[in-house]
Amino acid sequence: MKKKIDFSRIMTLYLPLFLLLLFALFPYIWTILSSIKPESELFARQIHYLPQSPTFQNYISLFKFTNFSKYLANSIVVALSTVLVAITVSTLAAYSFARFSFPMKNILLLIVLVTTMFPKILLIIPLFKIFAYLKMMNTYTALILAHSTFAIPFSVWMLTGYLEMIPKQLDEAAWIDGCTKTQVLFKIILPIMAPGLAATIVYIFIQSWNDYLYAVMFTSDITVRTLPIGLKMFMGKFEINYGWLTAGGVITSLPIVLFFFLVQKHLVKGLTAGSVKQ
Amino acid sequence: MIKNTNRYPYLLLLPIFLILGSIVFYPIGYAIYLSLNNYVLTRPLEIGFSGLSNYIKILTKDALFLRSLLRTGKWVFWTISLELLLGLIAAWLLNREFRGRNIVRSVILLPWVFPSVLTGLVWVWMLDDSHGVMNDILFKLHLIDNFIPWLSQSGTALYSVIIAQVWHGTPFFIIMILAAMQSIPVELYEAAKIDGANRWQEFWHITWPAILPTTLIVTLLRTIWTASYVEHIQIMTGGGPGESTLTLPLYIFRKAYSYLDFGYGASLSMILIIMLSGLVWVYLRLIKGYKQ
Repeated sequence: MKKKIDFSRIMTLYLPLFLLLLFALFPYIWTILSSIKPESELFARQIHYLPQSPTFQNYISLFKFTNFSKYLANSIVVALSTVLVAITVSTLAAYSFARFSFPMKNILLLIVLVTTMFPKILLIIPLFKIFAYLKMMNTYTALILAHSTFAIPFSVWMLTGYLEMIPKQLDEAAWIDGCTKTQVLFKIILPIMAPGLAATIVYIFIQSWNDYLYAVMFTSDITVRTLPIGLKMFMGKFEINYGWLTAGGVITSLPIVLFFFLVQKHLVKGLTAGSVKQ
Repeated sequence: MIKNTNRYPYLLLLPIFLILGSIVFYPIGYAIYLSLNNYVLTRPLEIGFSGLSNYIKILTKDALFLRSLLRTGKWVFWTISLELLLGLIAAWLLNREFRGRNIVRSVILLPWVFPSVLTGLVWVWMLDDSHGVMNDILFKLHLIDNFIPWLSQSGTALYSVIIAQVWHGTPFFIIMILAAMQSIPVELYEAAKIDGANRWQEFWHITWPAILPTTLIVTLLRTIWTASYVEHIQIMTGGGPGESTLTLPLYIFRKAYSYLDFGYGASLSMILIIMLSGLVWVYLRLIKGYKQ
């Protein structure tokens, strides 16, 4: 059976979609392709789009000859700790904002939400001074605290949204059964909003994992420097090692892309609920 | 009601305000104080209170401030216009029915989670003047006659960074606008079809009014974020060549990071935040208005 080709559907739907997808994915594809090309091909006079002799040499030498694995470990420590700090305090705050009414509630919520709009650039100077004064420069703690400045407000934004989607009657039923308010949070609400919680965790993890500005400002050597700084180091003053850069880029983006796909649906729900309906 | 329940919601908020107080609110207060000081870290002997002199210097003598401010306007205008346009088109396409729609919907958001350093570095690689794939593609399409050093000539540098920024930022528009489109009842479109409306009329009379609130809010949010964004520009050009990509946030970063001039940098960031808070105010008014 032959289907009639719908020409107008191709022109108004499939072609523009294809172009958009190409634009969205091309830098990803190019990073992957470049990472498996030997140096001679990366800098060949004639650009071949597909690698002529694909190799994992860039990946091997990345771990053998650079500090990449240390940057990777630092990033994991910082991102996980940021998640832990931010989620703990934000869950309590979101529970308070979404479930109780009390004087000053709106103004307090407003203060937290407006914080999501504070640019990083505003905080680098005072935080630098404070961390230097407390002798905390170039420590995990400084980086985790700095990342908490954006992670906490965003978590409150999203978690409050998720919490408000859960019917209040559930809480009331649990009260009647004799649960305390704190038990309601841990036994009833948290299990129900687990997907939302996971989405928020992933979102904060990504934000911390990707941060460059605070990392460059508050770290000075390999002991705590994270992946974005490590990648930037492959860009020397006069030449850039694109083999290492792209191989490192693939490894850096792999976990966040996987996490993103896992929670993407709930993440979108939380973001849209938080910004528009709050 | 038990008496101490009144305290309960505040107790829950205690940790967050303790932390935000020490890492956000106190630092901002401290930044205001620093902005009233002559404070260059490398010149400890000259450190001291200087009143409004930083602000006066910025507003009356600093031509670079004015130029970087205007450049920030240009940077925001082009970035947001392109993101909005692409976001609207993409959301509209993704709201239609086709096979594999769910996969396309999530894949198209990927640029948004790509690390900003990597976004910058990969675009530098793609825009490279001798081995860059963008030059190769444009050359093969006969759109250019020879390879162009996009990032190292002042006429093209800013626009090249804008493209990378648009690549990274458009998914946020898509997420939000698509969600707004999905909440429009299907019956409205069916009624329009019965009345013989074409696709354009459908968009103009049904879709557009329904997505307008979200679109405005997202545009404002992205404007606030983009106006203060440093990372892509810092990675791709560092403000150069010359000062052709030096926006105000980058100027602040340079003052703080390269010159360690914390007093002047703090004053510049106060001026940035005062200008942005106008936008934040509009944003809050909009949200309040739509809530009612």
